[in-house]
Order: sequence, then structure tokens, then C-alpha cells
Amino acid sequence: MIRFDEVTKVYDRRSRPALGGVTAEIQRGEFVFLVGASGSGKSTFIRLVLREERASSGTVYVAGRNVARLPSWRVPRLRQGIGVVFQDFRLLPNKTVYANVAFAMQVLGRGRAQIHQAVPEVLRTVGLDGKEKRMPHELSGGEQQRVAIARAIVNRPDILLADEPTGNLDPDTSHGIMDVLDRVNQNGTTVVMATHDHDIVNQMRRRVIQLEGGLIVRDQPEGSYRTASTEQVA
Amino acid sequence: MRLAFILGETLSGIRRNLSMVVSVVLVTFISLSFVGAAGLLQLQINQMKGYWYDRVEVAVFLCTETSTTATCADGAVTEDQRLAVQSLLESPTAAPYVQSFEYESQERALEIFQEQFKNSAMVETVTADQLPEAFRVALVDPEQYAVVDELVSGMPGVELVSDQRELLEQIFSLMNMASVIAVSIAAVMLICAILLIATTIRLSAFSRRRETGIMRLVGASKTMIQLPFLLEGVIAALLGAVLASLTTWLLAELFIGGWLTEQYPGTGFIGGTDALILVPVLLGIAVLLAAVSSLLTLRRYLTV
Repeated sequence: MIRFDEVTKVYDRRSRPALGGVTAEIQRGEFVFLVGASGSGKSTFIRLVLREERASSGTVYVAGRNVARLPSWRVPRLRQGIGVVFQDFRLLPNKTVYANVAFAMQVLGRGRAQIHQAVPEVLRTVGLDGKEKRMPHELSGGEQQRVAIARAIVNRPDILLADEPTGNLDPDTSHGIMDVLDRVNQNGTTVVMATHDHDIVNQMRRRVIQLEGGLIVRDQPEGSYRTASTEQVA
Repeated sequence: MRLAFILGETLSGIRRNLSMVVSVVLVTFISLSFVGAAGLLQLQINQMKGYWYDRVEVAVFLCTETSTTATCADGAVTEDQRLAVQSLLESPTAAPYVQSFEYESQERALEIFQEQFKNSAMVETVTADQLPEAFRVALVDPEQYAVVDELVSGMPGVELVSDQRELLEQIFSLMNMASVIAVSIAAVMLICAILLIATTIRLSAFSRRRETGIMRLVGASKTMIQLPFLLEGVIAALLGAVLASLTTWLLAELFIGGWLTEQYPGTGFIGGTDALILVPVLLGIAVLLAAVSSLLTLRRYLTV
């Protein structure tokens, strides 16, 4: 589903690359944690998949396509197949929960009837039924993140990218969010989640790709959250 | 659905950005009004050319008692001299140039003079013998004035040959100058309008960066993201153009077609209907303005 082939990304020639020759493949339907300290290249990884950035060298394939070769008018199509969730939710503060989720369908030109059917359904999936008319500021952080997830999956993307989705949430709330992501994954969506939340990674026991200084230092199925140094000690 | 959504986004953009949109409307309104005024001047020039070039005449003034030119050495024009001029105008030499001519006696000249200056105190003091007799010559081609001038002006008894067209040309060049000035002012204001529209779109894009950010992420097309901003500029500019068209029309209808026509009857002024031809021009310029400034802005601030 996602394949990185010797991908290097350099933002500034004078400093070290954000990614330095990363090769990895993520299969359809997988759930993958991207772990590593801040600045290890997790966000760059996600931006490359979305083609917000282009690789300095190497190739990024998403759904079998070399994203760097996509003409710019095809990029929206690529992004329609990818949902994204961020640490800061990025909801529209002046729109209700329903309108926030519906917005993602409206901008793709979906019909009213289709929206009317899909939005309540996806709100039920993320556990927000009954809160359609709330405004974002009336919701807790966990609920806001659920709205963001609902918005990310309402167009049924094949891939869900989550950039530290639990970064602003307390542990209990975070577990609730992980349940939602797990459910999304079980519906067949490939989930890639960048995080440095030990508990969650250790509890979920999914594939872990650990980045350090722009390099993959560990790629382990059903892994836990360890830094390379602790691994050496152990 | 898609269109309704884009229009909705456009309207909400206009609402959030109302003061900027109003300033765009006003600047395009003023600048396009200048363009409209220049257009009216040009229309008026064309109208007057059409009207007057059929009527302009070459006036051959004959000597009076008081004339001082060399050809008037014998004093007032004699019967023979006048007949000589007349026969020349009738001769085959002059025929290709002269369409018709008319003799104007001193009495007739006085009547015309009194008619023209009926509101002036001067009329009382002028008598017929102070005014020259004349031949009013209509030319086949008004451009051929020089030929007739050469034929007639050396003849004894002819004091002066004057071409009315020269006077008209002076008026036209004044009007042309006025329209050049109007266009220059309009050009400066149009540049202001372009920059202002660009700034407006930029501000609007900034104030809605959350929305556009989400639109990009969920894969909205470039059209979906950029069109509302483009439309915002176009609608504001078009509103300005509509106001300018209205002003131009009112100017033509009430001032030129109404007041001026009353003051100077028989001059051939344009009216409101003639000004309608300028409306699509003004609307076109407005759309062009908005398009140019959108091109300047959208690529920089709203990349997909």
C-alpha cells in the first residue's frame, strides 16, 4: 500500500537530512506505529505519503503509484484515498460536529443525500452519535479527536495517517481513540500512526517502525516501544 | 451541489472580508467610471465628426471697406470681382472639389450673426456693412480644403478663405486630450484596483486557511479550493463595473443627452442609448482585472 524505496529528504543542505535513505513497505490492511523522538523523521514520512513534500532522492509509492511522478492535478485524487488526523484536531470552530464531517464530503462535491447517510453512520463508528449538533468547543479533547477521525474516514480512504493523535490527550482518553483507530483498521483501512506514547504502543502490540535521526533503526512485527539504546542494554 | 457549495463559500468569504470587498467595489467603480468617461468623449467625437463633416463649409470672405489685405487694395469687393470668384467656383477646374456653394450677402450675414449672438449686447452695435459678403462652399471631400484655398485666395476682392473644419479639429483635439487624461487616471486607479483585489484575496485566503487546509487534506480539487476566492474578486470587481456603467449611462443620458443638448441645440450630442455600448467593455475590464490579480495571488497563497 505504501512503499518507501531508499527515500532521502533534505530540507536544508547544511543540516542533516530529515530522512536518510529509508526503505520500508506497508501492506494493505496493516496497522503500523511510527515511533521515535521529535525530529526523527516521523512527520516527514507522513508528509511524503501525502505528497506535501517530494523526496530529494528515492521513490515513494502509494497504492502502486510513484507519487513524485503524479501531475499536480492528480494529487487531490491521491489525497482522497488518504485520511489524516493530527495532534491538534484541526476542526472548524464555527461549524457543528455534523458540519465539520460533512465539509469533507461537500468539498468533494458529494450529494446531499449521500452526505445525509454517511455522516451519522461514521459518527456512530467513532462513538459520537447524538452529538451531531454540538460545536467543537463544547466537546472534550477526546471527542474532538473523534470528530477529526470521523472527518478523515468519511470518504472511505484506503489509508489513515495519524500524526500523534493522542499527543494532547490523557491516557484514558487515548485508549478510547486507539479503540476507534483499531476499529477503523479492522474495517480494512491501512493505519499508520506516528507517536511517542509508550503505553499505547506496548499495549497494542502492532508492527513498529522506529526512526532515529532519519534512519529506520528497527522494524518489528508486534513490537513494543523501546529506544535503540535500551535495546542494546537489554 | 458543487456549485451551491462554491457559491456558499464565496459568500461567506465576502461576509468575513466585507470592508476589503467594499473597497474593491469602490476602487473599480471609480476607475471604471474614468474609463467610461473617456469612452463617452470618444463616442462624442465620433458623433460630432459624423454630424459636422457633412455640414462644414469653406467660407470665402470678400473684401469690405475696412479690409486691409493686399487683395483688397481697391476697397470693398466690386461686382466684377464677385462674379469672377463665382465663375471660378462654377468652372470645370473647381468642379471635382466643389459640391455646391451659396452666396451670402451682407444682410444675410447680419441675420446669421444676430441669430448666433442674440443674447449678446454686441448685436445692437453691428451693422450689415461691417460684415463681409461671402461664398459658403461645401466640398466634395472636406480634406481637400487646401486646393480650394489655393484657387481662390489670391484673387482680387477675396479677403480671407477660412476652413471651419480647422476649428472643429481644435475642439476634437481638446476632447482627445481630455480622454487621454481620463484614461491615464483610470490606468493608475486600475493598477490600484488590481493590487487591492490581490490583497483582498490574500487576506481572505489567510482568514480561511483552516478551511483550505482541510480541503487540501481531504483531496478537494484545485477548482473547489481556489474558485471561491477567484469569484470573490470577480464579484467585487463586477459590482464596481455595474456602478460605473450606471454612472456612465447617467452622465450620457442626463448631462450630455439632456442638459448639453438643451443648451446647445443642433450640435449632435450622444445620449444614454449610445453609452450602452460601453457597458460590456466596462464589465469585461472588471473581469480581466479580477482574473489578473487572482493569477498573481492564488498561485502564491493557495497552492494545492
